[in-house]
Amino acid sequence: MTTIVTDNCKGCRFTDCVTVCPVACFHYDDEMLYIDPDVCIDCSACIPECPVQAIYEGDDIPEDQEHWIEINAEKAPGLPVCDEQMEPLPGAEDRKAELGF
Amino acid sequence: MATLGTEENPLLVAIVGSGPSGFYAAEALIKSDTHARIDILERLPSPFGLVRSGVAPDHQKLKQAIKLYEKIAESPDFNLIANVTVGTDISVEELCQSHHAVIFTSGAETDRKLGVPGEDLTGSHTATEFVGWYNGHPDYRDREFDLSHEVAVIIGQGNVAADVSRILSKTVDELKHTDISQHALDVLAESKIKEIHVIGRRGPAQAKFTPKELREFGELADCNPVVAANDMVLNPESETELAEKSNIGNKKIYDQFCEFSKLEPDSSKSRKCFFRFLMGPKELIGDNKLEKVILEKNKLAGEAFKQSARGTGETIELETGILFRSIGYRGVPIAGVPFHDNWGTIPNEKGRITEDDNVVPQLYTAGWIKRGPSGIIGTNRACSVETVGCLLQDLDKLDDGNNKEGANAIYSKLDSKNIRHISFDDWKKIDTKEIEIGEPKGKPREKFTYVDEMLSIIN
Repeated sequence: MTTIVTDNCKGCRFTDCVTVCPVACFHYDDEMLYIDPDVCIDCSACIPECPVQAIYEGDDIPEDQEHWIEINAEKAPGLPVCDEQMEPLPGAEDRKAELGF
Repeated sequence: MATLGTEENPLLVAIVGSGPSGFYAAEALIKSDTHARIDILERLPSPFGLVRSGVAPDHQKLKQAIKLYEKIAESPDFNLIANVTVGTDISVEELCQSHHAVIFTSGAETDRKLGVPGEDLTGSHTATEFVGWYNGHPDYRDREFDLSHEVAVIIGQGNVAADVSRILSKTVDELKHTDISQHALDVLAESKIKEIHVIGRRGPAQAKFTPKELREFGELADCNPVVAANDMVLNPESETELAEKSNIGNKKIYDQFCEFSKLEPDSSKSRKCFFRFLMGPKELIGDNKLEKVILEKNKLAGEAFKQSARGTGETIELETGILFRSIGYRGVPIAGVPFHDNWGTIPNEKGRITEDDNVVPQLYTAGWIKRGPSGIIGTNRACSVETVGCLLQDLDKLDDGNNKEGANAIYSKLDSKNIRHISFDDWKKIDTKEIEIGEPKGKPREKFTYVDEMLSIIN
């Protein structure tokens, strides 16, 4: 089972996670990041890096976030790779506070 | 002469050590706007460091990081010079003459000592030796591990301790289709070990496993995880630690231990892996050979997130025939490079090597030898990117006006000493052969475990 980016990334896209990804498996669009499950090696290095705890191991994903497994797999391969930290999205800090982090 | 870092005058960088940090440093240089040519020097004939010889054989997916390293190696600006020991076969001074900069990414090759009497008894080992042995590292190929006693003890509760415990807890059937070395599989097949005790000096809220690795102990074919229910009672400071939202990793580990503590043991399973807390080794006892370990019970002292273990004076004894210590790792000094003996690292500022707080020109470091043995494979990527960032900022200082010969200078030194150096193409031949030998056994590869065997493939 792979590692998945979920809801909390939407509108934040802090990208701290990508700096520790050993295989450059993160991709991005204007809203958030996605993990390519065919490239990810399930090392979990990214999970503790996320300031809004948006990343889960597949085995550990809350039920209400399970739809993200498919979304990550579908979207990631067609989007550009993100392997260097980018500026968070405008309003990311507000969203982070809203999420309680 | 053209500006340094251009096609006419490329930046020549030697990297010492071909593990993840070395490859990530090479990647950062290749991807930069500066034109750089990289020579990675490696002590063994095989590259990839701990991804090959540290990552456990039953974690094959993690080893797929190698695919990325192979892609980096395809760059025309990448060159591997393996089977060469820096400091012995070629000096740091020579590398400074042949290259504009040298990055040390040699890792943390040795274990911290327990510092208790009896530590050197037969039967008392480092986790490094055992990990290297089952992973076919030539340095540890001929180590012997006596698995004839029913009790094994592992000191430490980090991911290496988890690997050692898990390998001892698994059946041969669970391991035989991994790339575990055959000599290790043969010894493990005869193992009499029934109890594995994994000892942590602090409590279940401070264990350093990753949640995922811990979870695996609940999925073993012939081994029950055992956690005492009363060990799950926390002091108020530990409660505070787990209530902190950012400490979700430790909370997950604690919850997993709680789950284990409530498990009805499966009586069909013959082995038990005990996770034990708040105790540390006080003495190893035996007549030449380890017979028992004296453990002192600890209590936690200090405020939340800064709690340390203090001995209470109360001791218990555990009879055992084999003990592994896994309480931290240290780098090994390299002749001609400053070294921080207490920390086991190279002193540095963001990767620039320092001596008495002054930056040493040309010398850089990344990975475990730079920051100590923390984090996992990917953590080293961020670390190497930081170092390369500093190196590239120093570009104008790295051009001393002298003509640098790069790899050719190294080759002529090595050839004059009759040292057989190995290229990435040579390595690919060894790699192909290993995969070929593993195939009929249903293994991803069967590693060559002696340097001579590897060299005979390419000669």
